[in-house]
Amino acid sequence: MTDIGPTMKRLLLTLLMLFLPASNAFAALDPALVRQLAAEESDDKIAAIHQLGASADADAAKVLKAMADDELLVAGEAVFLFDGERAVDAASGAAIEPAPETYESITVNNRVRSELSNALAALKLYDADRGVRLAAVTELQSNAGIGMVPVLAAALAKETDAEIRALLKQAHAQANLANPDVAARLAAVESLAESTSPATRGLLLPLLETANEPDAKVRKAAAQAVEAIEARLAFGEILGQVFSGLSLGSILLLAALGLAITYGVMGVINMAHGELLMVGAYATYFMQTMFRAYLPQYVDWYLLAAIPVAFLAAALVGMLLERTVIRRLYGRPLETLLATWGLSLILIQAARMLFGAQNVEVANPVWMSGGVEVMAGMVLPWNRVVIIGFTLFVLALMWVLMQKTRLGLFVRAVTQNRPMAGCVGVPTARVDTLAFGLGAGIAGLGGVALSQIANVGPDMGQGYIVDSFLVVVLGGVGQLAGAVWAALGLGVVTKFLEGWSGAVIAKIVVLVIVIVFIQKRPQGLFALKGRFVDN
Amino acid sequence: MRTPFTLRFLAAMPRSGWIAMGCFAAVTLLLMPALHLFVPESSPFHVSNYAITLGGKIMCYAIVAVAMDLVWGYAGILSLGHGVFFALGGYAFGMYLMREIGTDGSYHSHLPDFMVFLDWKELPWYWAGSDSILWAMILVLAVPAVVAYVFGYFAFRSRIKGVYFSIITQALTFAAMLLFFRNETGFGGNNGFTDFKRILGHDITSPEMRATLFALSALVLMLTLLAGRYLAMSKFGRVLAAIRDAESRVMFIGYNPLHYKLFIWTVSAMLCGIAGALYVPQVGIINPGEMSPANSIEIAIWVAVGGRGTLIGPVIGAGLVNAFKSYFTVAFPEYWLFFLGALFVGVTLWLPEGVVGLWKRIRARVAA
Repeated sequence: MTDIGPTMKRLLLTLLMLFLPASNAFAALDPALVRQLAAEESDDKIAAIHQLGASADADAAKVLKAMADDELLVAGEAVFLFDGERAVDAASGAAIEPAPETYESITVNNRVRSELSNALAALKLYDADRGVRLAAVTELQSNAGIGMVPVLAAALAKETDAEIRALLKQAHAQANLANPDVAARLAAVESLAESTSPATRGLLLPLLETANEPDAKVRKAAAQAVEAIEARLAFGEILGQVFSGLSLGSILLLAALGLAITYGVMGVINMAHGELLMVGAYATYFMQTMFRAYLPQYVDWYLLAAIPVAFLAAALVGMLLERTVIRRLYGRPLETLLATWGLSLILIQAARMLFGAQNVEVANPVWMSGGVEVMAGMVLPWNRVVIIGFTLFVLALMWVLMQKTRLGLFVRAVTQNRPMAGCVGVPTARVDTLAFGLGAGIAGLGGVALSQIANVGPDMGQGYIVDSFLVVVLGGVGQLAGAVWAALGLGVVTKFLEGWSGAVIAKIVVLVIVIVFIQKRPQGLFALKGRFVDN
Repeated sequence: MRTPFTLRFLAAMPRSGWIAMGCFAAVTLLLMPALHLFVPESSPFHVSNYAITLGGKIMCYAIVAVAMDLVWGYAGILSLGHGVFFALGGYAFGMYLMREIGTDGSYHSHLPDFMVFLDWKELPWYWAGSDSILWAMILVLAVPAVVAYVFGYFAFRSRIKGVYFSIITQALTFAAMLLFFRNETGFGGNNGFTDFKRILGHDITSPEMRATLFALSALVLMLTLLAGRYLAMSKFGRVLAAIRDAESRVMFIGYNPLHYKLFIWTVSAMLCGIAGALYVPQVGIINPGEMSPANSIEIAIWVAVGGRGTLIGPVIGAGLVNAFKSYFTVAFPEYWLFFLGALFVGVTLWLPEGVVGLWKRIRARVAA
């Protein structure tokens, strides 16, 4: 029994293998197939790769990986690879003793290499981990050729996850586009019509030409598919515009809410309102500086601290302006316009001297950077999402304040009928000051929001007075709901026009729309009910 | 019997007014140009280039201020967009000045430099005829008039007034500024028009041309004052003041305020256009910055400083504020905005009738 034959030896070794770690456990691959990997012709190699790839076998993956890394070796008839120090037969996994002295690696040209990487990705399609499968199908998406069809079909049959299934289906259809069978191509085109990506559209476009696609039926289906995809893309674009419109609208709303209060209560336009936004934005900048200097570990939360600070700062400035200047101009709205313009000049110059004429840098906190992808090719930036949420919060706060508190009741009373309110004991002068402070404070909150998406500088408020006044005019005076609709409407309309005609023309068209609108409804969208004599 | 026009015209101003105007005419039409042209530069009586240009510029501003007073002081319409009419007049005349450069520009093309820069091959259609000074003069009047008429018609028809109207005019000038900032609009974009060479073949920087433009500005200013005074004293002016004070009552009596407002509004815009056309050759540049809302609102403060509804007040106001500005922006540039802001606040709070009102109060106190 000393001379055990080579067959016995191999058997023993195989038995031994069962106790070795799983990574070494080679369930035998078809030796002829593995041998074919080392064939002369690339076509033969590729055929073998496809077959191995379709086998859904972990060993096949190991061999193909080795081949891709140029570590699959040939010595005479043997195809083997090194596992550590040992030479291991690629097909059986059996050790080759002694290791061949001379060997060379299998030549892998570019065509073979891309097939290899596809096959490897295809093998990953069977991985137990969902993440690996997702990554694999995403990789296949970009270069699925006709050779991948069986692999993808097999994977599709086994896959249960809905998201991966959809991607697989698409890759399968994509691979089938080059299928010589007309029916398969037709099915592929029809299935691709459900896509939302511009890349798929690019794939289908060549099929519209007779030169690339001989069959008329497929050409027609491709044309329909392109149309369907384009419609879906256009829808996505519209959604994007609506979103940026809402985001612009929420900024307008924050700017206009304060103005609506002061204009409603006192009938004066505060031309320094934009500068109150600026005060809020600089307060945010101030808080950022403070956090960086004294609380660097909490620097991401400076924005939350900035909210009350900006509100108070702007409210204080506003009440100061009301007490010192605006109160004395009661009943002279045009002069108030000029005086508050003067105040805005003073505030701008003060900001310039305190913080410098250059814009200052206000950084987005980490939790506000990046975005959320809602559909293919459409990413909503977090900072804008947060601002829309913040606007809702301010709006809710305003509503509670105006509808549920005594101050709100007084403000509404003075807005509707000042002398009458005074007669029944509302302290109108104090309400004026408080209302002005409230309006200014909300402008300050608007400044906090603005600092996250726009430049913070001394001139930042100048552009907002006209826009926010348009919102007040459109919405009707003293109407919360009116201001909301007007701001969001203006924002969305502006963004649509911008996409269609550029920013400048959009601005002009919006202005014309507002003027025409006032012709029809001079009291705004939501007029207060009652009889008015102009005063 | 109706009083003859000349008599009514003469009666528009008291004798002291006519005397003052005569003095003003003598100084600006004869004395200043003569001192500029014929007195050697070494003499202390010589009026320098700087002074004559500054004077001409301020008189253009004064014309705008009077035009503004006509709509604000008499009709109660506060426009925060008068700069747009001023700039339109300036641009209309600037087109002629650009064409008059001929092939002397940096690119030696018959097209204005900025068009060569944009790689345009020919003039846009709205530049047609701009090489004629006559057409330019028509445009100077017509463009502001048409813009003002159309805008005013829609605004006044729906009875937009008070702060509503003011803000909409500000939006108007803001939109126009954005429009003119675009290169594609065809008016030189950011840089506007500059580097003018000549008017009617005469060098634009020669002392004779400066003196002529100076005298012309003075003449237009005086005519504007006279016409304004005549309008204000006429029945038309009284209806206008009535509209200002109680529009609804005037309507109930049977007048249609639309026509009155629209007329004075359009006339005012045309006056601004003329002022702009005179201003551009004197300062040598026109750009969209003239349409910025800040510029337009500054016009209102000239009127407020001088005194609304007095016609002469705005002239004084424009002179005072701009003389101050010329000094301040050189001496303490960083405090100018503080000063201007304080002026806006101070005048509205303590000088509601401007310096003319102050003068009247002082005289009344002295007399008492």
